[in-house]
Amino acid sequence: MGVRRRTGVFYLRVNPILCDGFGHCHELAPELVTMDEWGYPIIKREPTPLSDLAALESARYAVRGCPRQALRIERVSEN
Amino acid sequence: MMLAQELPRLLYGKPGTPLTFGQYQSTFATSYKAASLLDELEASGLTGRGGAAFPTARKARLLREQRSHNKVVVVNAMEGEPVSYKDSTLLSTNPHLVLDGAAILASIIGAKDVIVCVSRDNPNAVGNVQRALDERARAGARGPQFKLETAPWRYVAGEESALVHWLNDNESLPQYRPQRPSILKIRHHAVLLDNVETCANVALIGRFGAAWFRTLGTKVSPGSVLVTVTGAVERPKVLEVVPSMTLRTILNFADADPDPQALLLGGYGGSWLDAAHLDTPYDNESLAQWGATVGAGIIVVLGRDGCGVVETQRVVKWMANESARQCGPCAFGLPALSDDLAKVGEGSPNSAQALQQLEHRCGVIDGRGACRHPDGVVRFVRSALRVFAGDFQSHARGAPCGASHSGKYFVAVPRLEKERELVWE
Repeated sequence: MGVRRRTGVFYLRVNPILCDGFGHCHELAPELVTMDEWGYPIIKREPTPLSDLAALESARYAVRGCPRQALRIERVSEN
Repeated sequence: MMLAQELPRLLYGKPGTPLTFGQYQSTFATSYKAASLLDELEASGLTGRGGAAFPTARKARLLREQRSHNKVVVVNAMEGEPVSYKDSTLLSTNPHLVLDGAAILASIIGAKDVIVCVSRDNPNAVGNVQRALDERARAGARGPQFKLETAPWRYVAGEESALVHWLNDNESLPQYRPQRPSILKIRHHAVLLDNVETCANVALIGRFGAAWFRTLGTKVSPGSVLVTVTGAVERPKVLEVVPSMTLRTILNFADADPDPQALLLGGYGGSWLDAAHLDTPYDNESLAQWGATVGAGIIVVLGRDGCGVVETQRVVKWMANESARQCGPCAFGLPALSDDLAKVGEGSPNSAQALQQLEHRCGVIDGRGACRHPDGVVRFVRSALRVFAGDFQSHARGAPCGASHSGKYFVAVPRLEKERELVWE
């Protein structure tokens, strides 16, 4: 339980080699992840502000729910 | 002794008869003593010749700043593009120039080992490198420890992370690199990986200095580049050209069809260029306005009696087969692109729908692989959609051009023998 940063942005990133297209991330974070016709995730490329707590929460769910552990959150602090 | 400002720089000598170490040392006698080789490299403005045109000095500086017990220089002579012959021509003309450049890079970053990677399907190049290494050892040349490695030939095996992966674990599969620029490692040793032609240019800069190097070429892309011209030519040729030359001049030198339909620049991950832009200089800044790059130094000339749609489809089909099948968007997306192109090409009733789907899928696949293989194919398809827009429309209307049935092809594609059974080593 660290201090929750509210400035800056984050990206959800996928390792495409590990990803096998289970599709859990789309279920868990539909606002960040859509799926292509083969079931692989298309992740939102624009940064999401860290102040958007709901999106951050679902990104965390997606990271924890990925059966291949292919997802991670990349935080970029401003300044 | 080499004369300044003369064109055959890299290909000095006769292709097919490599200069021996003694001949090499007398021909390329050092006429310049640089205070700092890295600063000299920076002043020369040399960019990588493997396709990405990344500044070589910046890469060397990044590697020099790494803390690593032992660093490795890898010379990439894999030549993954099936229509490219520039690397093997260079190795069959001046192999010692390449080895010397690698030795200079090793001294810049502080590496003790140099690994020369040549495709094992190219026995001439392997033999030339082996002979050159033996000559160096016999002459007792000082410098780093050289090693020759022969990797299996695949399109993506020449990609830098795939090559390093092969040197590590005998698997030529690209790796995922979340951060860029990333430092590739063989075991724990940081790796500087450069193309053969880049190494040869480094050797020239080390011997004659940056000011001499800049006497040819433009301000942003100095020096000379090797280019393979194939397609509608008498026979494929490797030329050494200056980036300020126009494409028309290069085609004249190569005895190519003077009135082509289009050019394929930069290889199979490159882009088509309409023949209306033949008077553009052959450098990245001038070509950028038409969405093309120099890439790996390949020009394929498409004659008037060829069909751009069919040629594109053949290349994309082969590229789809060459995917390493690690990432979903590449493994499934590229065959889908190839199928769409085939549907458009044959002019069947659902061609118009296939064309729409093709445009949509290009946007879906772009930028979603671990390496740049799918991005290259998407760029290639998009450039085809742009350059052959009229042809695509008439194919989609169900009226394919006459050339698409002639069975005459300009872009050489290796035969897909065992299409379904890929062996990755």
